[in-house]
Amino acid sequence: MKSTLEQEEFVCEAPNTMKKSETGLANLKYLVVGILFGIVFVKAEIISWFRIQEMFRLQSFHMYGVIGSAVVVGMVSVFLIKKFNIKTLAGEQVVFHPKKFQKGQIYGGLLFGIGWAITGACPGPLFAQIGSGFVAVIITLLSAIAGTWTYGYLKDKLPN
Amino acid sequence: MDLLELIKQPWPWYMAGPLIGLTVPTLLLIGNKSFGISSSLRHICAACIPADLPFFKYDWKKEAWNLFFVLGIAIGGFLATNFLKNPEPIAIASSTVTALQALGIQDFEGLMPADIFSLDNIFTLKGLIFFVLGGFLVGFGTRWAGGCTSGHAIMGISNLQIPSVIATCCFMVGGFASTHLLLPLIFKLF
Repeated sequence: MKSTLEQEEFVCEAPNTMKKSETGLANLKYLVVGILFGIVFVKAEIISWFRIQEMFRLQSFHMYGVIGSAVVVGMVSVFLIKKFNIKTLAGEQVVFHPKKFQKGQIYGGLLFGIGWAITGACPGPLFAQIGSGFVAVIITLLSAIAGTWTYGYLKDKLPN
Repeated sequence: MDLLELIKQPWPWYMAGPLIGLTVPTLLLIGNKSFGISSSLRHICAACIPADLPFFKYDWKKEAWNLFFVLGIAIGGFLATNFLKNPEPIAIASSTVTALQALGIQDFEGLMPADIFSLDNIFTLKGLIFFVLGGFLVGFGTRWAGGCTSGHAIMGISNLQIPSVIATCCFMVGGFASTHLLLPLIFKLF
């Protein structure tokens, strides 16, 4: 078991903040949400390299509409959860994570943007592309994992 | 037109966007999880190659939900492509087709151009740039930025976080620069 101190130091943008521990079977919920999400990714052609090119060439509204309306729905949902203090299924208080400004959001953000236009994918669509049968994208995913590892290796030497 | 035929059509942004947005409250309410996908890459590192680095020393099993989520995305991609596929070629803006033709892209049938994303390209310079270099930038950049389109652009901005707005602007600036300055140079190589 890890010490509590070590666990408190763990910062991640998508942390598990559920207090009650979940069994392996409970994780199937997230598999199902992921499946629905992956279907939307493919059906709205968000995983398409072409759609990303259209977006960065300002030649189609599609991706702006997708991301913009997703943000609006997310924003309203978060507002309602906070306003009415809506609890989780397990009856817990929903935990939100304020983000601290770091230089990495600029440097890393720019680098990710460059990679996004080259690969035509952010991390989510990478998985959906592989599932859709674009086998070569497995290399992209492995390289993205290598990139993540390299960041972990260089973290203390980079401006954060 | 029956329902299945309707589902097989490409979904418009006003269907897809709100469905993606609903992932935020769904994950929060079913298990107090903040939406974010790039952390899955970190969990894979922590699970497979932690190499004693402090950044990968945490209880990744507690975060395993994220790995189930991305596995689901891959399965969803498989199901949509094999059972709900749009039989028509993808409809790309004609201005984009012209611009990409000028760069040397010839295949505009599927979601991804076979000129780039075919298996034959893996061990070529094309593969090195589009898969290895591109993928590396995605993994390295998202982790340095502390999130990707889901964690920052959707979850972060939904929660009114200024750092996420900054990160999202940088994603876009990087993408514009890459598309307009870098890609023309890259395509000159082939």
